Amino acid sequence: MGKLLVEEKSIVVPGDFLAEGMDYLPAGGAFRESDKVISSQVGVVEINGRLVKVIPLAGAYVPKKDDVVIGRVTDVSYSNWFVDVGYALDAVMSLKDGTTEFIERGAELSEFYGIGDFVVARVSNVTKSKMIDISMKGPGLRKLIGGKIIQICAIKVPRVIGKQGSMVGMIKDATGCQIIVGQNGRIWVSGKNPEDELLATQAIALIEEKAHISGLTEVVKEFLEKNKGAQ
Amino acid sequence: MIPKTYIQTLAKKNARHDGRRFDEFRQPVLVEYAVSAKSAEGSARVTMGNTIVVAGVKLEFGQPYPDTPDEGSIMISAEMLPLSSPEYESGPPGIEAIELARVVDRGIRESKALDFKKLCVKSGEKMWTVMIDIYPINASGNLFDASALAAIAALKNARFPKVEDDKVVYKEPTDEPMPLSFMPVSCTVHKIGDKFLVDPTRDEELAADARLTVAFTEKGEVCAMQKGGEKPLTHTEVFAMVDLAALKAGELRKCL
Amino acid sequence: MAYTRTDRALNGLRPMEAKVGVIKNARGSAMFKIGKTIAYAAVYGPREMHPKFMQNVERGTLRCNYNMMAFSGSGNRVRPGPNRRSREIGLVTQNALAPVLDLTEYPKTVVDVYIELLQTDAGTRCAGICAASLALADAGFKMKDLVCAVSCGIVGGTPVVDLDYSEESYDDHSVDIPIAMIPRTGEITLMQLDGVLTREQLEKAVLLARDGIQKIYEVQKAALKAKFADGKISLEGE
Repeated sequence: MGKLLVEEKSIVVPGDFLAEGMDYLPAGGAFRESDKVISSQVGVVEINGRLVKVIPLAGAYVPKKDDVVIGRVTDVSYSNWFVDVGYALDAVMSLKDGTTEFIERGAELSEFYGIGDFVVARVSNVTKSKMIDISMKGPGLRKLIGGKIIQICAIKVPRVIGKQGSMVGMIKDATGCQIIVGQNGRIWVSGKNPEDELLATQAIALIEEKAHISGLTEVVKEFLEKNKGAQ
Repeated sequence: MIPKTYIQTLAKKNARHDGRRFDEFRQPVLVEYAVSAKSAEGSARVTMGNTIVVAGVKLEFGQPYPDTPDEGSIMISAEMLPLSSPEYESGPPGIEAIELARVVDRGIRESKALDFKKLCVKSGEKMWTVMIDIYPINASGNLFDASALAAIAALKNARFPKVEDDKVVYKEPTDEPMPLSFMPVSCTVHKIGDKFLVDPTRDEELAADARLTVAFTEKGEVCAMQKGGEKPLTHTEVFAMVDLAALKAGELRKCL
Repeated sequence: MAYTRTDRALNGLRPMEAKVGVIKNARGSAMFKIGKTIAYAAVYGPREMHPKFMQNVERGTLRCNYNMMAFSGSGNRVRPGPNRRSREIGLVTQNALAPVLDLTEYPKTVVDVYIELLQTDAGTRCAGICAASLALADAGFKMKDLVCAVSCGIVGGTPVVDLDYSEESYDDHSVDIPIAMIPRTGEITLMQLDGVLTREQLEKAVLLARDGIQKIYEVQKAALKAKFADGKISLEGE
């Protein structure tokens, strides 16, 4: 008979035993060694039937196809933009993927997006050796003008978004800010005045800090109400 | 990551990206002493918000320079550790580290805060060399003020080691402190647009037009200055910045 | 007369303290203190490997850098900058940590680990490895296990673990053996030896280190968990 060695939702670190026996199977963040299932990263244990998984609490962003990310243009060539999307290697956006507008041969690409510009783009392809292609053809994909960029740990993006966008929706409502959350942990915030933007920033920082606790929605709601009134 | 233009636009609206007032330091401002007491003759760690800097003092015997036979010497170095920021790379000190060390040096050496005569052991033959090394642990803006504060705190913490048969016995410190005639404390004021602010974050530093570091004695006299940044400052601006620095340096001094 | 200790047992470690997440700029970081030896470690990356010919297309590369702060030595000021000793320690640290680390998700990149010694009382490479292992776990990298390290050896004919500076420089015969281990499997990832001893003494010393490693492992795990231990855990929104 297999036996669980940890409770669901406990925090584990690399090398912790999660289960023994062959009844349990290692999923993400866990691996098997002889009859034991062992954690391979810092995270929270999730048990789904026979599957034992570790949800990470930290980690670098690794681009996946169809991720919508916020990138920063780092270089422009004849036919490509090079964009930092928060991974070690820059992504490439070819002339034809940059815009739905017609671009003439030999046109100056930096007139569309120059070095230092922030853009919202979609990851269109990632090869095994991590060549990353991105595209800005699609709804909502555009250059960002004004506003500020906040960087959080990409692992925590789902908590910032919340179920069906409930968390970020709550922050938008409370602060009146426009907010775009990139899967790469970059978040664009633009509001009518600095106080609103600061409140949104602080709420996002709070979510990042407390991403693993339960009842987070209530905590953030309370924070927003308390500080909205304080202004 | 926060765009330069955003910070400049905010400054026009009288705001900072983290919600502080222009004359407000990040919290906590903390000085811890003797953080390397086993190894260094004096040491301190300074925390200013997210910025952390350590400084340590080592004392060695040396021969006085021919032109100052009755004086000891001081050497201040800084290294931008790649441990402290993704911006820094391994290698010999770059210009940023050299300027940082020079500015701290100016506040301590050139101001004669240390009595060099008292560092001389035997005229023309033997002197103490005071070596201060400064390292950021987390470089998150305002290394100038944090480093200057860490350096002076480490000096305050330092004690001469015992000397036996003309040799330094490092394991046995005495009770004798450094011959400090006063404690210089410096504050750096940054100019963004037409606003002056203290204790910048790294993003604010990158968006600043100019900066002025001013060190003060306990009596409020100016004992060292350094202007940095590309843009010029007017006469009026310089004095407005000195006044703000004087006020804030007084607050920092209370942390020592 | 055989060497004895007054402050702790021959198989006892000096007091330890570990803290994770102490350097906010880094992807992962830690402070590890054993006795009076204090090491900081910070992890940056994965970032693009330069020069390009050093890129591995299969997986990311681990690169470790060890440094003593200029005031952290026991005598004169340590000359700053890399020297043969620090570069060698960087290399053996890298080899001590690489066997547990899985960087297959990050081809062509480098993960940099920077270790800085604030204060030293022997055992610095071991303290550095303990701090670095914590920093890598804090950064969220996949690892088969943590890595723990401690020195063991012979002082005045007596086998001991976790030598301090006075023991390492003991006049009447001292042997210092830094060891790093994967605590779960007992595999050794670092082993060096300075001095002369018998095979039997070596075996006794290594057994002391094995026990010491398990104590360090507990301290490391507790430090990692302490970072997240404030509040109830939730999985919603994932």
